[in-house]
Amino acid sequence: MSIESFVQTLVFGVFVGGIYGIAAMGLALVFGVLKIMNIAHGELLMLGGYVSFWVFTTWGMDPFVSLLVTIPMLFLIGLLLDRLVYRHIVTLLGEEKIKNSMLVSFGLTLVIQNLAQWGFTADERAIQVAYTGTGLSLFGVILPYTRLGSFAVAIAVTLLLHVFLRRTYYGKAILATAEDWEAAELTGINIHRIYMMTFALGASLAAIAGTFVTITYGISPSIGIIWTLKALVVVVLAGTGSILGAFPAGILLGVVEAVSGAFIGSTYREVIGLVIFVLVLILRPQGLFARK
Amino acid sequence: MTKFLDIQSINAAYGDIRTLWDVSLQVNEGEIVALIGPNGAGKTTLMRLIAGLHKPTSGSVQLADAPLHTLPAYEIVKRGVILVPEGRRLFGGMTVLENLELGAYSSRAREARFKTIQRVFELFPILAERQKQHANTMSGGQQQMLAIGRAMMGLPKLLMLDEPSLGLAPLIVENIFEIIKLMNEQGVTIFLVEQNARKALELADRAYILEQGRVVGTGAGKELLHNDEVRQAYLGFAPAARK
Repeated sequence: MSIESFVQTLVFGVFVGGIYGIAAMGLALVFGVLKIMNIAHGELLMLGGYVSFWVFTTWGMDPFVSLLVTIPMLFLIGLLLDRLVYRHIVTLLGEEKIKNSMLVSFGLTLVIQNLAQWGFTADERAIQVAYTGTGLSLFGVILPYTRLGSFAVAIAVTLLLHVFLRRTYYGKAILATAEDWEAAELTGINIHRIYMMTFALGASLAAIAGTFVTITYGISPSIGIIWTLKALVVVVLAGTGSILGAFPAGILLGVVEAVSGAFIGSTYREVIGLVIFVLVLILRPQGLFARK
Repeated sequence: MTKFLDIQSINAAYGDIRTLWDVSLQVNEGEIVALIGPNGAGKTTLMRLIAGLHKPTSGSVQLADAPLHTLPAYEIVKRGVILVPEGRRLFGGMTVLENLELGAYSSRAREARFKTIQRVFELFPILAERQKQHANTMSGGQQQMLAIGRAMMGLPKLLMLDEPSLGLAPLIVENIFEIIKLMNEQGVTIFLVEQNARKALELADRAYILEQGRVVGTGAGKELLHNDEVRQAYLGFAPAARK
């Protein structure tokens, strides 16, 4: 393998990893703050992809610009889902909470998936912009514009989320609730409002990831569960308490998959990712980027 | 003195286990009231119940004649009833300053937070020095000061403290109790749970004794301090020799 094609593999791995990172960050945020496992996260990602797709086909809006429509759309859907479904789960305690959240969100997965199939048909859709297939060429390594753009947005979103959580009063209230929800209540924080906003924020992150998927691969109503699992692997890699650590962990998984795909064969790329997942669970169960 | 916090016939349970039996007690405005009793008597449960973290199965909690037990915890904080929980429960990954700022989260306290923080720093100069330090890297005494400071940021009318002396050196305990007294002189009503019964009774205007979920005695702090039964049960005196 030439050095160029190796670097090319790495670059593609990093780009794909950026999507993994954003998809996982939403899941990690919801898990870290609400302490629920939202199996329907991939479904939200799929819905986000469809919103971007329809905005693109209806108004011809560039997918990166259409994020301005897609993000608020999924934010609203997130608020609604929290009100209708998740609000009744977050009040449960301990094991009952996590088990019920998985069951209920798994059911929701089926509902959303079938609604999507009924509304959007089972056809695979993708966004083909004028610059799809073109890219920047650096020393024989090609950086496709769509993937480069996605990665740049992913980094910007991660930085924004970092600043929001660590520097703003509201963001700190979210982190305080994540750390100790009773203590947070005792300072006057309305934790149910925090839960609702956090869930909507998680849905918005899924919307961004979904848009990237539509640009990079294409979407169909059945892709949700694949992305939930991918995000789950990344969340465990990062460490379940680490929200922002999901981004570097996502990139790590992307690179590992790409490199193992190139050297061992693409049929095994998923396997290597899962082997690493199991190794991390055995050797470093607190995750790679956990703070505690 | 007017009745401020009024607890009437509270019953509470954790699952199938009843923890409070028909508990009634009052805290008047401006008072320091202590609640003493052995481990597992239900003292912490009662505190958590007033703060809204736990709901009673029956009975009522009223603050200045308005029901408190029907409200969520953050609404109770907004009304000026603030709990410093057992074990301090600071946001360990955050700095001293961030912990204090979050203490003023409720709308009533938020606008005044820059003024309040100066008052907290006057009472606890160490917190001003350590503003940027992470809460979980501080000593136990400093953490307790921060916990009380965080509660002060919420502008309490009724400050509840659950075991403020737990695990602290005697000198620090002295210091904490002086600050509680000072806050009381500045107009904050205090309701205090303590294992350290002697200190609590010395400080309190009145006290209640809770055993196995029931109020079994009440009286002025000084009175209880000299009561034979209380001395035997909580203050470590041997039964008086029969004459």
